Amino acid sequence: MKLSRIKELISAEILCNEEMLSMETVCAFGSDLMSDVLALTCKDTILITGLTNIQTIRTAEMLDIKCIIFVRNKRPDETIVELAKEKGICILATRHTMFTTCGILYSNGLKGVDKD
Amino acid sequence: MEELLSVKYDVVSGDFIRGGEASSNLKKLLNQLGVRSDIVKRICVACYEAEMNIVIHSVGGYIEAKIYNDKIEITAYDYGPGIPNIELAMQEGYSTASDVAREMGFGGGMGLPNIKRSSDEFYIKSEVGKFTEIKIIIYFN
Repeated sequence: MKLSRIKELISAEILCNEEMLSMETVCAFGSDLMSDVLALTCKDTILITGLTNIQTIRTAEMLDIKCIIFVRNKRPDETIVELAKEKGICILATRHTMFTTCGILYSNGLKGVDKD
Repeated sequence: MEELLSVKYDVVSGDFIRGGEASSNLKKLLNQLGVRSDIVKRICVACYEAEMNIVIHSVGGYIEAKIYNDKIEITAYDYGPGIPNIELAMQEGYSTASDVAREMGFGGGMGLPNIKRSSDEFYIKSEVGKFTEIKIIIYFN
């Protein structure tokens, strides 16, 4: 699924790296616990989270996660957006809750990540 | 085996803003050296978890990476307070992280297991009141 389609489905706003919207992703993972995210092994996943601090960006950087969706209208501060921009991570923000965001994307064909 | 390169980064206790910079710098270096991306990811996960462990749990320490032709050796060393029960600390879900660390998304008790899982070789030793040292080796092939 293209990031542009994800943006449309969850009525998200893009906060940085708009040129990445044409990228494809195959699966998603939702969590506020970065240690759980770091246990992932799936390639080309996106991250859905309500945690908007700098360590969310660092975690995504380590795992080559190319897109983070911030839920519940949460907005990171400018320094965090700047770091994401520098690291080539596309940031989307939606008013939907974590559960609703995951539900919309899953029902439209985006797969979840299962721990191996 | 000849050592190609060695880097060392100081890690400051409680610094959640700069925490992760050492792993980020190491990632940049490994990409420049042309290390395979799936291997870089494993190295970064292990290094980042070890770095954040120093930020969260210790009074401060350092990360040292030695790069050889075929492998990387990473040492994460801190100056205390040490781990009283390593076996317990290695269990998934066990954590002594502070509320601040939990607010930052850590403290799920996955740090040490994640480091071990990402490594080809993993060694840990600790002395209460003195130090904790984690050594990991990851091969490039």
